[in-house]
Amino acid sequence: MSALLEVRALDVRYGGIVALRGIDLRVDEGEIVALLGANGAGKTTTLRAISGLLPIRSGEVVFDGSNLRKRSPDAIARLGIGHVPEGRRIFTRMTVRENLELGGFAIASQREAATRIDDALAIFPRLRERIEQRAGTLSGGEQQMLAIGRALIARPRLLLLDEPSLGLAPLVVKQIFEVLRDIHARGTTIVLVEQNARAALALADRGYVLRNGEIARDDTAAALAEDPAVVAAYLGGE
Amino acid sequence: MHEFLAQLANGVELGAIYALIALGYTLVYGILELINFAHGDVYTFGSFVALGILVGLRAAGALHGAGLILGIAAALIAAILASALLNAGIERLAYRRLRKAPRLAPLITAIGVSFMLENLIELWQGSAPVPFPNVIPNPQLQIGALEVGVQQIVVVALAIVTMIALHFFVQRSKLGKAMRAVAQDRDAASLVGINVDRTIAMTFLIAGALAGVAGFVGGVSFGSAWFLNGFGAGLRAFTAAVLGGIGNIAGAMLGGFLIGMLESFSTWLIGGQWSNVAVFSVLILVLVFRPSGLLGETLPEKV
Ligand SMILES: Nc1ncnc2c1ncn2[C@@H]1O[C@H](COP(=O)(O)OP(=O)(O)OP(=O)(O)O)[C@@H](O)[C@H]1O
Ligand SMILES: [Mg+2]
Repeated sequence: MSALLEVRALDVRYGGIVALRGIDLRVDEGEIVALLGANGAGKTTTLRAISGLLPIRSGEVVFDGSNLRKRSPDAIARLGIGHVPEGRRIFTRMTVRENLELGGFAIASQREAATRIDDALAIFPRLRERIEQRAGTLSGGEQQMLAIGRALIARPRLLLLDEPSLGLAPLVVKQIFEVLRDIHARGTTIVLVEQNARAALALADRGYVLRNGEIARDDTAAALAEDPAVVAAYLGGE
Repeated sequence: MHEFLAQLANGVELGAIYALIALGYTLVYGILELINFAHGDVYTFGSFVALGILVGLRAAGALHGAGLILGIAAALIAAILASALLNAGIERLAYRRLRKAPRLAPLITAIGVSFMLENLIELWQGSAPVPFPNVIPNPQLQIGALEVGVQQIVVVALAIVTMIALHFFVQRSKLGKAMRAVAQDRDAASLVGINVDRTIAMTFLIAGALAGVAGFVGGVSFGSAWFLNGFGAGLRAFTAAVLGGIGNIAGAMLGGFLIGMLESFSTWLIGGQWSNVAVFSVLILVLVFRPSGLLGETLPEKV
């Protein structure tokens, strides 16, 4: 297997504050990789640095052979990285349709974009019922579906998801995870940041544990799920 | 009644000009949260470019028959291009490098650019108002009790057509949608592949083009161009944008017409020296009692 994404010795700072220190990650084509860690460990920072939203202080991010350092976020998106950001960040003042259309911003052919919007609506039928509704009036679960749907329109090779289950009812979480399984089955490689570590490890092939901006552990998902230290820290005592 | 209608027509004409300028403030504010204080001077520049073209063509004897229509079109297009490029140039040279600076920095820069443009235009055209060539024939038409000039109709029609075009552009076109997306959430817009810098540049280009249209119709309507025109008209248009809800396109249009009416009727009823007081009292009242303006968002979005 070849590495689709490789992060080497990544350092990111906010002003003088070190957020990531020497992060190494590798994501192979076709994998689902979970990124776990406590609040403030640096999970969101990692994804934002990969997408070009944060400047890389030192280290490399290589996607499919291209070095992403110094590339703008829109250029990185067009290379084939989709990012469903923390907090969903849908365009609340626009309709569901307009949000999906914007997901296809880089697609030149109108017809092709329309086909892909139809595909996304087939995955999330709830969105079809609300297609002309202002996105800000959707429920939390629907907004998350829209955020994922919007990212799928570009057919990214790599999809980064930042806590897609946050604040959602268990039934909706289950639905979202089923969709992720489905997206993966169609050939999309996934990096999943989750608080819900149990669900994330059940879905993932491998996982990394971040602590204070450094990689504390990496292993197969099965091994992490059985590790007493990981269980105690992230899986809770249920 | 007769006088009332005349003031109404006058208010609509003024309002159309303020609305066009107000749109430029609101488009730029919407996307950068910057009050582009130099915008009024971009309007002045458009006026002088149109004036220059008309003077040149008249001197060449080209403004007869079909040449008149072509000449007017040439002056309008030149004003649009000049103002658009000037505004985009200001963004590129002065504001872009301040994108990540504290918000006060671009604001102060905008004031500085405004002073600079005013002084450059004064150097170029002198400190006295320059008469705008009176080339558009202006027979008066009697419609019921209303008497309007053809010129007034042309000015208002041009402004309204421009605003309708802008509305469809922003709502329907791909670039218009990108502008709205960047205005709402710059990071999210870049994650779907929108080039944020280019979209902001295009927004300045369009805001400048609208100021160019305003510069042309303002010159025709006021009959002169002056290096400080943009200061007064800019402040009124800014008031209009705030009244309508800064960042809101329909609000800028509505605010423009309301401020035009207010100026026209206050001049008539309480005298021209008081119309400034009336207009800027509105600005203060809106800022105090309804900072989001008439059409601005008042309800927080569901998160
Ligand atoms: N804009 C910012 N300015 C300064 N510090 C920041 C900024 N964003 C994040 N940080 C800091 O960087 C560190 C990592 O934050 P990050 O958001 O990546 O954590 P996270 O793992 O995603 O946490 P959570 O689970 O709460 O989302 C934290 O200490 C945080 O306080
Ligand atoms: Mg986070």
